[in-house]
Parts: sequence; C-alpha cells; structure tokens
Amino acid sequence: MAHGLFRLATAGSVDDGKSTLVGRLLHDAKAILADSLDDIRRVSAERGFGGDEPALDLALVTDGLRAEREQGITIDVAYRYFTTPARSFILADCPGHVQYTRNTVTGASTADAAVVLVDARNGVVEQTRRHLGVLGLLRVPQVIVAVNKMDLIGWDASAFAALESQVTAVARELDIESVTVIPVSALDGDNVVDRGVSAPWYTGPTLLELLETLPVAVEQHVARLDVQLVIRPQGALQPGYDAEAFRDFRGYAGTVSGGSLRVGDAVQVLSAGRPYTASIEGLRSTTGPIEAAHAGDAVVVELDADIDVARGDTIVAGELSEPTREFAAEVCLLSDVPVGPGQRVLIKHGAQVVQAKVEGIDHVLRVSDFSKHPADRLGLNDLGLVRLRTAVPLAVTDYRDSRTAGSFLMIDPQDGTTLAAGMIESDAGAAHGAADGSRVPEHVAA
Amino acid sequence: MTVVASEVASKTDVLDALEAESIHIIREVLAEFERPGLLFSGGKDSVVVLHLLAKAVAPARVPIPVVHVDTGHNFDEVIAFRDATVERYGLNLVVGSMQDYIDDGRLRENADGTRNRLQTRVLLDTIEEHRFDVVFGGARRDEDKARAKERILSLRDEFGGWDPRNQRPEVWSLYNGRHAAGWHVRAFPISNWTERDIWAYIARERIQLPPIYFAHDREVFEREGMIRAVTPVSQPNEGEQVLTRTVRYRTVGDASCTGAVLSEARTVPEVLDELALSTLTERGATRADDRISAAAMEDRKKEGYF
Repeated sequence: MAHGLFRLATAGSVDDGKSTLVGRLLHDAKAILADSLDDIRRVSAERGFGGDEPALDLALVTDGLRAEREQGITIDVAYRYFTTPARSFILADCPGHVQYTRNTVTGASTADAAVVLVDARNGVVEQTRRHLGVLGLLRVPQVIVAVNKMDLIGWDASAFAALESQVTAVARELDIESVTVIPVSALDGDNVVDRGVSAPWYTGPTLLELLETLPVAVEQHVARLDVQLVIRPQGALQPGYDAEAFRDFRGYAGTVSGGSLRVGDAVQVLSAGRPYTASIEGLRSTTGPIEAAHAGDAVVVELDADIDVARGDTIVAGELSEPTREFAAEVCLLSDVPVGPGQRVLIKHGAQVVQAKVEGIDHVLRVSDFSKHPADRLGLNDLGLVRLRTAVPLAVTDYRDSRTAGSFLMIDPQDGTTLAAGMIESDAGAAHGAADGSRVPEHVAA
Repeated sequence: MTVVASEVASKTDVLDALEAESIHIIREVLAEFERPGLLFSGGKDSVVVLHLLAKAVAPARVPIPVVHVDTGHNFDEVIAFRDATVERYGLNLVVGSMQDYIDDGRLRENADGTRNRLQTRVLLDTIEEHRFDVVFGGARRDEDKARAKERILSLRDEFGGWDPRNQRPEVWSLYNGRHAAGWHVRAFPISNWTERDIWAYIARERIQLPPIYFAHDREVFEREGMIRAVTPVSQPNEGEQVLTRTVRYRTVGDASCTGAVLSEARTVPEVLDELALSTLTERGATRADDRISAAAMEDRKKEGYF
C-alpha cells in the first residue's frame, strides 16, 4: 500500500471551477471540520447560493484573505491539508488568473502530481496549454486533467472521448511525462471523491482514487548531499552526548537526494570548485548513528579525509559531473525586475550562493504554444533559455535528471529579491537552444 | 529522471518526511542568517520547533536564544515548563515583558482585558532590541486562512508587516533569506504540519509538554460558548456560574482569552484519539481572539503579529 505524504498542486482559473473542485475534494474527503462548515453554510445562505435550492458554495472552502473576498480574486498560492486512510496530502492551490506562471511554479515545483482543470464546454484553451506547458517544464511526474462541468454537457461520453484524445495529444506535445483525464462535476461531486450516478460509461478512477494510488516521486540519479551546516560542537554538546566521544566531532549536515549514502562509500567532495576524494566514516540520522541514508533524509555525514569542507560544498557518491562555470538554463521570471545580458546576479544552487553573470538569452518561450522566439530580455512570468557564467565552478545536473540538483534560484544581489527559478539544461547546444520562431512576442518586444 | 514507486522509497512515513523537511529549513535558516532567535511560548508547536532545532544541530547545543513574549497573563504551569525547558537545553532566554509596557504606559490595556493583540508591539521591539534578523515560529498553515497563504520564510518590513500581495515565491527546497536592511524574516519550519501531525510526533518522540494540555480538574465558567478558567486575569461576571470541570487546552495563549475543552484525555495517545473524533478546528474551539471576525488573523499578521 502506498502510504506517505503526497504533494499535489492544482492549476486552473476561477471560471473552470477550480475553487469548487478543491472545496468538493476537501468536503467529500471529510477534511472540513464542523465549525468551518458552519461558516460556509452561513455565508452560502447569506449570498443565496443555489437560488431556489439552497446549497453549499464549496468554493468558499478556499476563500482566503479579505482582499480576495472583496475583489473576488485569488492572490496567492494557498496550502491545504487532508488525510485519507491511504495517505496524507499537501495541496498547493495555485490561482490561475494573476501571475499564473509565478504561482504555478511556486506551487508545482515540489509536486508529485498536478491537477489541471478544463471546462468541458470549452475544451483545451490557451490557458490549459500554458498550465500544461509549465507543468511539463517543471517535470511534474503525474498530470491529471479534470474535465469539469460535465453536467453542463449532459455527461456526453463521445464529447469526453474527443476531449481526452485532444488533451493527450497536447500533453505529449508539451513534454508531459504522464497524463490522466477524468470527467467530473465539482458542483455535484461526481467522480471527485464519490463516483456518482451520472456517467455509468466512465470506468476509470475517481480523482481521489487516482490521487491515493499514484506513486510518490522519488528521484534515482546520483546520491548527493549539499552541505548546509558544518557541525562542530567543540565541547558545547547537547545533554546526553558523551564529551569524550564527541570531543573532535566534525560532521556535515544536509539532505540526501538522488540515491543512498552508506558508511564506507567512496565519495567525491566538491569544495570551493575543486574536487577531492574521501570516504564516509559515519552517518547520523535524527535518532543516532545509521548505516545508510536515503533520498529525502536529513542527516550528518562524517568523512575520513581531513578536507576543509564548508557550507555549500557538495558530497557525491559516484561520479561527479565535471564542475563548470558555464551552463544554460530554462528560467521562469518571478519578479517584475527584467533580466538581460550582462546583468550580475547571485545563483543559489544546492546550499551555495555564487556570483554569476547573464551571458545571453537564447530564446523566450511563447507560453501559448511553447514556440521559441528571440528576446533581448525577460520580464515577469516569462520563460526563457539563458546562458550563465558563474564565479566558481558548480556541480550542475540536468533538471531532467534531478529536480534537486538541476534547479536554482536567481537572486538580485542588491536587495535579495528572488528574480527567477532556473532549470539547468546541460545539453542546450547552439542548435538546440536557438530561437526558431519568426516573430518577437509583444510582451517581450515592449 | 527516474521515478519509482513509493514502495521502494524510504520516506514513506509522513512524520519522517515532515521532520526531514523541517530540519532542512532550520539548517538553511541557521546558515543564511546572522542573528536567529526562536519564538518560544511553551505551547506545543514552539516545543516541537525547539525539538527539531536540537535535532538539526545535534550533537551540538542549540546555538540560538529563545524569545518569550510574555503577556503577563500566563498559566503558572506554562512558565514553569518554559524555565525547565530552557534549563534542560542550556538555552539563553530573552523575555519581552508586556507587563513592563503596561506599567510604564507604553501600552494600554484593551477594554476587554485580553492581551494577545498587544503582543505585536512587544514582539517587534524585542526583535529590534536584540537585532534578530530572523525568528523561528511555530505557525502552521492548517491553523487559519491567512496562515494557509504564508511562505515558510516570510519577509517582514521595518514595521513587522506582512504583505500577502508581495510574497517571495518559494520553489523547490531552495530558500532565499536575503532581505533589505531593517527588515526581518519569520521562519516557519513546521508550516506543513497539521495539528494531528504535531500530536503524533509528540507521541513518537516522547516530547514533554506543559500539563495544561492534558485533562485536569479546574474551576471554570462559560462565556460566549467557551470554557474559561478562573484565574486572576479571568474572573466570572455576575451570573456566570463557576463549576469544576475536567478540561484540557488545545492551544496555549493569553490566559484571559484562551478557552479550554471538556476532555478526559490525560495522555498523548488519548489526546490523539480525542482529535480523531473532534469536529472543531483548533483555533475555533479555543481562541476568542480569532473569533471576532473572519479576518482576525489576517489583520493581526499585517500588523506584525506572529
């Protein structure tokens, strides 16, 4: 049985009924407590929701800040939590309208799965392609397209079949690894948690059934630990630790990714851009000494060699890719500060922050169809391929191989603003990265 | 990337996954900031953060001070617990005393005598006085609508204000703690934990808590649908009948406005059983200050509250 913590993101606009779907999921999964439900019942009645047949406005479940209620908009990613007998979920609810790219990147970067909403009456529209494109770029392992408002097209099986093949084709085009399409009615609840009676022809899983059985994403690449802290108690020990045994303790604290580390493993250490070899002398988990640590574990590593390892250095079991000062990356602009050639930035990769310079922009992606176009600079919500040169060599990994070792933040050195989220493309050669579009999109040319 | 089924994953246990995420966050914050502090009320969430902080740096001692914003409206058991905890971990304790502010006139009592909302001023002054550039807090996103939208590293301007429209995106497990001079950051490493996760972790780790979290007999009276303890700062009005009831607290706050719940849960496992049956949210059941309006927490956060 697939127990554990499952990270889920939802993307779609208010018009697609996303708030209602999230509310329905939480309501039918019995994740809303009585006092919250009373509030929803009261507000629904005050607003006359359902007209002659008073009903619960489940969109109110995700109703958040005062400004959002007043303006009928969703400002930011909201996190919800629910648990079923199968697993616990962290749901990042990403608003679709304002700053959709920035919000989707924030909510979906760590997601095991993402749910995209499509209005059954409209089919795949430009915004659907945008959402799917961003999810493909972020390498979200599982994408679920919920075709909502099926009740409004009379649960038409052939219309759904046509939509399903359309979605599948678009997903393939946009590099989505795995897509599942489900017909639902968030308003009535069919196929969200409970099956309902509206579509006997649909034999696939309900949304929740699918979410309960999808695998949790675990990266298998090269086992790696970015050193977050060097732990040297120098006598200042916690109660219960033997002063004699820990007199000269020196450990490197960090989170394992990509595989497993074992005591005795030969490792490579990249310290200040230079590689060293060592072997693992000891491993400590949060409970004490261990023999092996796995992806996701927060541990402390002791090495046999006397290397001056510091925060930001990287310990790798196996072959380290050649550290490099130049690489290309697909970046998503997260602030309204534009990024262009010649700009000095900071790159946070793993646990280190290094100075870097933007050498050039190969292209900007037009999010409606993901075609590539030349650009002088990138602006808020733009996605584009940039070339970077760093002051210190970095052990970079292609994002396709590792969401952990292949990702970075681009930071404004002056005020600390997070300018962009970056995904490293180690094979972005000249031909691959070149813009092939004929026209510069308006939002870049401006 | 190869994605394999969760059966072979090591992080199949929810608490292990949450613990690892929190420790990762704590280590980033300890490394990226110069003067961190830990907001410590003696409440279960701050106790869990301290426990995680100790794990993040073990075997070394917790390297940062704990900060208590003392409303003066305390449960004696909680203050005793706070002092014992500070002693046990060998910590430095910084106390921002609201009573001092009220005594010398820097703050005036609210008409209703409750002090939760007044904490903001004392908190901000304490942060400034001790030049903390980051303070860890035990807030969780499942507590409240406004908290549900807050980042793990939450930037605060020089007035301590939170701007929900201008939050820094947080992607992957990369945290950016850089901030402008005069600003500070609130770090919430247990953002993704639920109340039930907290209790399950307390059970697993055998974490000690103040005794008021467990069922005990207490003189109480009922006001606005909430059970209030009879204390020097919370006295029954005329017509409010004082009864002895078996109660416990789900949150620890200002003794004058924190409600108790009727409970027979005397141990951590019994609390977990009780939570499984509870139909009320933690704050809805026990915090009068969150009940004033639907946006109560949002408003306080914008002013610089925890």
